[in-house]
Amino acid sequence: MIVLDGVCKAFGPRVILDGLTLDVPDGRNTVIIGRSGSGKSVTLRCIVGLLQPDAGAVRVDDVVVGELDRDGLTALRSRIGYVFQFAALFDSMTVAENIALGLTRRGIDAPEIAERVRESLALVDLAGTEAKYPAELSGGMRKRVGIARAVALRPRYILYDEPTTGLDPMTTATMDELMIRTRDLGVTGVVVSHDMKSAFAVGDRIAMLHQGRIHRMGSADEMRASDDPVVRAFIEGRPDHAVAAR
Amino acid sequence: MGRWTLGATRALGDVSIWRPLVIGHMRRLGVDSIPIAIFIAIFTGIVLALLASYIFTGAMPLYMVGALVGKTVMMELGPVLTGMALAGRVGANIAAEIGTMRVTEQVDALETLGYDPRSYLVVPRVVAATLMFPVITAFAVAVGVLAGWVTSVNLLDLSSVEFLKGLRLFYHFKDLWFGLVKSASFGAAIALMGSLRGLAARGGAEGVGEATTRAVVLGCEAILVLDAFWAVVLL
Ligand SMILES: Nc1ncnc2c1ncn2[C@@H]1O[C@H](COP(=O)(O)OP(=O)(O)O)[C@@H](O)[C@H]1O
Ligand SMILES: [Mg+2]
Repeated sequence: MIVLDGVCKAFGPRVILDGLTLDVPDGRNTVIIGRSGSGKSVTLRCIVGLLQPDAGAVRVDDVVVGELDRDGLTALRSRIGYVFQFAALFDSMTVAENIALGLTRRGIDAPEIAERVRESLALVDLAGTEAKYPAELSGGMRKRVGIARAVALRPRYILYDEPTTGLDPMTTATMDELMIRTRDLGVTGVVVSHDMKSAFAVGDRIAMLHQGRIHRMGSADEMRASDDPVVRAFIEGRPDHAVAAR
Repeated sequence: MGRWTLGATRALGDVSIWRPLVIGHMRRLGVDSIPIAIFIAIFTGIVLALLASYIFTGAMPLYMVGALVGKTVMMELGPVLTGMALAGRVGANIAAEIGTMRVTEQVDALETLGYDPRSYLVVPRVVAATLMFPVITAFAVAVGVLAGWVTSVNLLDLSSVEFLKGLRLFYHFKDLWFGLVKSASFGAAIALMGSLRGLAARGGAEGVGEATTRAVVLGCEAILVLDAFWAVVLL
């Protein structure tokens, strides 16, 4: 279980997270929605310890991330897969090498690595692309390789940073399906998105990040039915002044 | 500073991570650097021979040209000029590569996969440069002396016998290893500056460009400081 407890994070004078509290229940997909720049990526980075909160704590499986030493952090990260917004594939490596890198680190032997590479590529419908370089792939394919790289490690949690942003509707549907499939394999997902359609499709729970905190949280139906002005404005995609005017 | 040292020590301790990568970096370094090092050495050798003959004519026996070319190429110009050129080439290369990885989140991806970027990106490059720079410099020294010799025989009134006599007369083994030790330290400094600037890159293409420029400037400065340091300590 991932618990964010009063997490604060500022960059210089700019406060991004301001006491964010959120529980992520196991075995389900929690979607965090919010505007660009609201701190969604910062939240994910705090969960894996790429950023340290200024105040508050992130707990994963009852361990406080900020208190871990180097080895502890490595152990924690072996349980968390991270899918980056622009995939962040290593461009000097082939697709197979990208997926294998994390497996090698875990001391898994070569035949098992080859098997897992094949298996995870099949899961994202990219079988046969092992020898390709990231530059040869489309944006959507790269994102899927990013998911394969995370899934291959058989993590307990996967954090997705805007998995559908910038993708065409069909590829988006494929990504949604993938995230649901992964959840059905028992993986807990935290999905960061500002794509409402996708959020409603994959989210068992949807949390709205606004002004550094979770403003509202609920199931897809609850969020759709919400009469909170901030939530409504976001879901309906209304411009800024509409919110201010209410 | 204390934390930095601790981090560096731990990264060095991850031998199983960085060791397999060293050979690849050494090969790349060699391929990238040897042509430029040889190019510089040829012209340095020619100029030194002519300069020495200009200085010594009428004042000292001309075979001293061999001594001056040999000593200065081995001890100073070989390592320093090669180092400067490679600060541009190798330092910039490393900073641009790691900087691009930083701004495209590849460095973060490495971390989430359980790799310390210092162990995976920095240490193998620094080790490879430390080992490879003396090799490249040795090449440069040999070519520089050869160029000085050929120049002396063809453009000056000097025979091969005389040039070699001068070359041997004041030669100490220390001249050679002094230059090579220096070049190893230059290699370490250049790779380290490039790596650290790259890791510290922020923003997009502009940040990478800035990191690259800084890496080259810092690399050159480090060479000059280290050059003086070794002269004080070892001469
Ligand atoms: N390492 C950093 N240094 C300074 N500012 C940052 C850093 N990371 C994020 N920010 C700032 O924090 C804000 C929130 O960023 P982010 O979490 O990426 O937003 P988003 O919700 O779109 O993912 C942005 O304005 C960004 O500029
Ligand atoms: Mg983001």
